[in-house]
Amino acid sequence: MNPADIRAAFIEDLTSVAPDIDPETLDDDEHMQDDLGLDSMDFLNLVSALHKRFGLPIPESDYPELATTAKAVRYLGKALAG
Amino acid sequence: MPSLGADMEEGTLTEWLVKPGDKLARGDIVAVVETQKGAIEIEIFEAGEVAELIAEPGQTLPVGASLARIRKPGEEEEDEPQPAAPEAEVEPEAEPEPKAEPVATPEPTEPPVRSTGSARPPPRRALSRPPRAGAARAAAGDNGSLESQGALASPAAKARAAEAGLDLAAITGSGPGGAVLLGDVEKHLKDAPSVAESAPKDEPADNPARKPAKGKPGLDMAEMRRAIAAAMSRAKREIPHYYLAHRIDLQAAQDWLGKTNAERSPDQRLLMGALLIRATVRALPRVPELNGRFESEEYAPAEPVHCGMAVAMRGGGLIAPAILDAQEKGLDEIMAAMRDIVARTRTGRLRNSEITQGTITISSLGENGVDALFGVIYPPQVALVGFGAPRLEPVAHNGAVTARTCITATLAADHRVSDGRRGAAFLAEIDRLLQEPENL
Repeated sequence: MNPADIRAAFIEDLTSVAPDIDPETLDDDEHMQDDLGLDSMDFLNLVSALHKRFGLPIPESDYPELATTAKAVRYLGKALAG
Repeated sequence: MPSLGADMEEGTLTEWLVKPGDKLARGDIVAVVETQKGAIEIEIFEAGEVAELIAEPGQTLPVGASLARIRKPGEEEEDEPQPAAPEAEVEPEAEPEPKAEPVATPEPTEPPVRSTGSARPPPRRALSRPPRAGAARAAAGDNGSLESQGALASPAAKARAAEAGLDLAAITGSGPGGAVLLGDVEKHLKDAPSVAESAPKDEPADNPARKPAKGKPGLDMAEMRRAIAAAMSRAKREIPHYYLAHRIDLQAAQDWLGKTNAERSPDQRLLMGALLIRATVRALPRVPELNGRFESEEYAPAEPVHCGMAVAMRGGGLIAPAILDAQEKGLDEIMAAMRDIVARTRTGRLRNSEITQGTITISSLGENGVDALFGVIYPPQVALVGFGAPRLEPVAHNGAVTARTCITATLAADHRVSDGRRGAAFLAEIDRLLQEPENL
C-alpha cells in the first residue's frame, strides 16, 4: 500500500468518525484533538476502525503517532511494512 | 405526544414503526418524533395491540395530543367514541409540568381513559395532583399561543385545529357541553376549504421523514440552543445549587487502565470516562439522596441509577442522554453503553426514556479540557458530577513530591435535598473507589 492509499483509507475512517470533517479542506498537519476536535471516544473509534481495516494492534502507547494525518500515514506505512 | 423535555411544547411525528394490529411489548419502539434534540425513538410504555394510528407522519402536535390508540391484551375491539377521546398516549412518561400530562379528558361523559384499557400507564412516582381543569390548556401545549386556549375541545381536535390554523371558537362543537371533537374540525375544514387553504404550510403532505438525513438527523442548532437555555434557566431559577471540588489522585486508575488496555484490541479498550462513571454510580448508595428527581415540589430519590452523560455535539451544543440502570452494569458494560449512546447521540437516534428519565448527570471534559467544571444541574435532577481534564501534577505521595496524574471532581448539588457534608462524603467515596480500580 502506498502512502496515498493509506492516506485515503485513513481519511475515510476519520470522516466516518467525524462526518463534519471535509476531506477537501483537511490539512494533514491538523491535530486530531486540538484542531479537529476529536474527543477520547472519537479517537478510540478511529483507532478501532484502523485496527479493523489494517489488522494492526495500535497499542495506546502509539497513540501520539496518530496525532495528525501526516504522522498517521507515516506510522501506518511503517507498521504495515514492518 | 410525549414530553421530551421541560420546555418542549410540540413535536413532529416523523415516522410510524408499527401499524394497526401489531402486537407490542413494553419498551418496543413505535414511532420517531423530531424534537430540538434531534429525532427521538418513542417507546411504548405498556404491552398491547395497535388499535389505531391517529397522528400522521409530518404532523406537528402539541405535547399531550394523541398519537395512537392501543388495546390492552385480552381486550375486545370496542366501538370507541374515538377519535375524539385522547386516550392511548404513546409513552406519556412525562416531565413534571401539568402540560405534559395528557391524562385529562375534556369530555366528561366519554369513557374515562383508564376504563377503556388503553395505553395510559399507571402514574409511576408521585405524579402529584390529579389533573386539574387545565386539561384543555394542557392539550394545547400550555403556551398561550393557540387561539383556542379557552375553548372546550378534545386534544385531537385542538391538534388538528392548530395544525390547520383554525380558531376553535369558530367551530361548532357536537361533543358534551358543546366540546369540539375532531370530527367537528374535519367537518369545518371540509365545509370551508378556503380556511384550510389559507394556512397550508403544515399540511401533512410534506413529510420530513423523506428528507435526506446527514449527520444527526433532524437536529436544528438554534432549537437545541433554545432547549439548553430553557433547561438551564429553569435550573438556575429553581435549584439552589451548592458546589464542591475535590482533587483525586488518578494514578492508580491510570496505571490499571494502561495495563488493562495493553491486553485488549482497540474495540475492547476502556476509556477513563467509563471508570469515572462506574465509580460515581457505585458511590451513590453511600449518599442516595443525590440520585433522583425533584418533581412537583416533592423529591423522590430513585432506586435505579439512570446515569446521564453530557455528550458534546460536534459543531456545538450538547445532549445528556442517560445510561439506564447503570447500577447493574459492570465496567465493560458501562463502556459498551457509552460507546452506543455517544454514537447514537451524534449520528443516530436516542430513545425517549434515555432523554427523560435521567436521575443524575456526569459531565467529563476529557483529556483536552480545563482543570474543573462547575455544572448546572439538569432539572428535575438534583446533582451533577463534573470531571476536569486529568493532568500530571506534582503531589505529595508517600512522603515525597512526585508527578502523578490527578483529576478534579466537582459536585453541583441541590440544597433542597442535600448539603455540603453529604456531598463531600459522596466525592470522597468516588475518590476511594478510584484508588482500587481493579475492584470497580
